[in-house]
Amino acid sequence: MLLRSRTASQARESEVTPRNLVLSRRTALAGAAAAFAVGGIPSMSGAAGLSFQTTVRPRDEKADPIAPMKSATTYNNFYEFGTDKADPSRNARALRTRPWQVAVDGEVVKPATFGIEDLLALPLEERIYRLRCVEAWSMVIPWVGFPLAEILKRVEPTGSARYVAFQTLHDPQQMPGQRGPVLQWPYVEGLRLDEARHPLTILAVGMYGEVLPNQNGAPIRLVVPWKYGFKSIKSIVRITLTRDQPPTAWNRSQPNEYGFYANVNPEVDHPRWSQATERRVGDFFRRKTLPFNGYADEVAGLYAGMDLGKYF
Amino acid sequence: MAAGLKPAATKALSSRWAKPAVFAAALAPMVWTIWLAGTGGLGPEPIAEGVRQSGLWALRFLLLALAVTPLRIVTGVSALARFRRMIGLFAFFYALLHVATYVGIDQFFDWAAVWKDIVKRPYITVGMGAFLVLSALAATSTNGMVRRLGGRRWRTLHRSVFIAGAAGCLHYFMLVKGWQPSPLVYFGILSALLLVRVAKSAGSRAAVARAGIMRHAD
Repeated sequence: MLLRSRTASQARESEVTPRNLVLSRRTALAGAAAAFAVGGIPSMSGAAGLSFQTTVRPRDEKADPIAPMKSATTYNNFYEFGTDKADPSRNARALRTRPWQVAVDGEVVKPATFGIEDLLALPLEERIYRLRCVEAWSMVIPWVGFPLAEILKRVEPTGSARYVAFQTLHDPQQMPGQRGPVLQWPYVEGLRLDEARHPLTILAVGMYGEVLPNQNGAPIRLVVPWKYGFKSIKSIVRITLTRDQPPTAWNRSQPNEYGFYANVNPEVDHPRWSQATERRVGDFFRRKTLPFNGYADEVAGLYAGMDLGKYF
Repeated sequence: MAAGLKPAATKALSSRWAKPAVFAAALAPMVWTIWLAGTGGLGPEPIAEGVRQSGLWALRFLLLALAVTPLRIVTGVSALARFRRMIGLFAFFYALLHVATYVGIDQFFDWAAVWKDIVKRPYITVGMGAFLVLSALAATSTNGMVRRLGGRRWRTLHRSVFIAGAAGCLHYFMLVKGWQPSPLVYFGILSALLLVRVAKSAGSRAAVARAGIMRHAD
């Protein structure tokens, strides 16, 4: 993996471990087989595979182990497929992720629609990030993707673009959760343009060296590691550059509980969950939550001078 | 109730094995949850799932205890009344497990954090309120306490079981994210069980009033 700039959350070649060593026993055999075919893991329905060097490290830069793949694929909040943590892994199988298109429009010079194949053909890299849920649990997950900035560069935001709005697929046929009123559908999210362009912000198309499982937001999802998990919108079909701050799904549902920024912040409690501590999935003891989920060195500057209690 | 079924039900419920059987059945959800916890069946976050399951079973047993009397009235099987106290105490038992799992495992006896939760988070305040009411009812559930309080005062006190039920449902409603139907199902059952009693007592008041009118007419 050739990285132009190395941040604390990115791996050196010397730090990596072959992925078959980090997969759980359940997948160890498949992992060993795949290790022979580095860079050419075939995805479902004969679509383009993920071509990148498989370099999953067993730990993040804080020396915490990555979550077992089974935890990351069976403990999901993806209300389009049900509100129980196990629902998405059961109900998302039927989601058709090919063909898939992502429209990028709004305040841009060159609006474009990208087929998922085009996006998979971009240079992919592995990022091992902590994912901190607003419900006070967390996991370390090895994503495969590319910086969101890559796409933004291609469409050339105009001078008046200040925010980026994202939208999930709206298809109650395939997403049974959308037949109920749990949230206003489709799920929408948003970032400030500088947040969207930040090198830590990626669009993920895979995890654990494999094509992204449906329940984790296939075929393409956002990952913003310093924000609560609900900001990292799944199964994206539209990205729109806007002048004004776009609405976001959870903020629309309960504005006193979920703000637009949703930066991980142990000092600012959610009305229902203390954000001071979290349980790393699989651990017994809670641990202290870090400001910006441990990425403060890289992102705190984006919010210089802002009252983070007000802009939560 | 179909002829023959009522005596059969009465006979079964009056058997000396009936109470141990109900007791064992009421312990089953706990045994099953502990078994799952030990074998990885509670999923990647077993602590959170244990808290959730114990809370749900507390609510279920509370509704079941409240359903005993309406069921007795509807079916006419008075032997059902023998089980009301035991089922009510199991509601308290599961609520105790729920609170103990939250305080002792989830928060690992971080009393400062627990206290902060209770005063700061309305859904926990409401849940703790329900637990306190259930504790008072469990503490006064013995025959001795009924005697000491006197039947009328005891009945008045134990009507607050509906407060505990409503607070339990509200606690559940407040903690789920987004607009979810399952807490409303529990609320609906609780309301129905309350309505049956209100209708019954209104009915008996009307009967008393009618009897009074008849006396006047004499």
